[in-house]
Amino acid sequence: MTPATPLLPPAHWRDFLALTKPRVMTLVVFTGLCGMLAAPVGVHPVIGFTAILCIALGAGAAGALNQWYESDIDAVMRRTQKRPLPDGRMDRQAALHFGVGLGAFSVLFMGFAVNAVAAAILTVSILFYVLVYTVWLKRRTPQNIVIGGAAGAFPPLIGWAAATGDIALLPVLLFLFVFLWTPPHFWALALFMKSDYAAAGVPMLPVVSGERTTRTQIGLYTIPMAAVAILPWPLGLTGAIYGIAAILLTGWFALLAVRVARRTTHADDAMKPEKALFKYSILYLFVMFGALVVDRWFA
Amino acid sequence: MTPSDPNQAELIRNRQRGRARVMALLLGAFVILVFAISIAKIRAGMPH
Repeated sequence: MTPATPLLPPAHWRDFLALTKPRVMTLVVFTGLCGMLAAPVGVHPVIGFTAILCIALGAGAAGALNQWYESDIDAVMRRTQKRPLPDGRMDRQAALHFGVGLGAFSVLFMGFAVNAVAAAILTVSILFYVLVYTVWLKRRTPQNIVIGGAAGAFPPLIGWAAATGDIALLPVLLFLFVFLWTPPHFWALALFMKSDYAAAGVPMLPVVSGERTTRTQIGLYTIPMAAVAILPWPLGLTGAIYGIAAILLTGWFALLAVRVARRTTHADDAMKPEKALFKYSILYLFVMFGALVVDRWFA
Repeated sequence: MTPSDPNQAELIRNRQRGRARVMALLLGAFVILVFAISIAKIRAGMPH
């Protein structure tokens, strides 16, 4: 992106770690692990550990390539301007080589140690996040996180495929659940980070279509998300532990989403309901997947 | 890169040392993991 990059000292290893977006990785690893643990067949602990490691490395590679491509946007946004590339702590080429190398390694190692199905889905998820979301959609359309959200929905599928070598209805529903959870989650964030996105020229929904539309869309997307979240129970794919947890947790999510959907922003608004929905949405995803594993193991 | 500033040279050496240590640790862990995977697959009678 930049025409001439000044010669920098070699980056600290911690900057390479930061390039992998470790916080995002925890959610990816957790949903991947739960997808694996929810599978009907057991997996050898070493193979299971390797599969989760490969999911983490693949997610890290996608994060690194995302930061490599978006360093110009990251430099403008307060939330991201301390990342290694916009802060000038790392050479762009080093970030690119690291991302490509890590991605290739994660896929090849998954194929060698686990199975080809898991490796293939991991490949699709990395390419989807980098090419479809980062390069194609993010700067072009307010639907960026709707379609791009699919990239973050792959880990449960990969975890399941790592255990079984196959794909079934439950992991597909888990994929759909994360896919439909992504828009309300990111639009809640976008509502209180709107000025940052506007400054960076990222066409997030609140920037392009306004807050009213965004709030309505948060409410609308919550409906199919809630249905898919609860669906595994009536379909007999999970037991009552998951079913009851899903109803209660999703009910609370829906209440927070409706509160955000019905509000209008005032002058000097602290955006507390939006921040509450964003924070709860992260906890919600963790606990829903946790409930799935508890249900599978203890029901 | 040929830094004339001794502080800059020291910084570069420290960074290189730190990265070399991390790389050594990662490679060691990788070797152990590949060994463990091989044992797991042999015991399970899985194709290599």
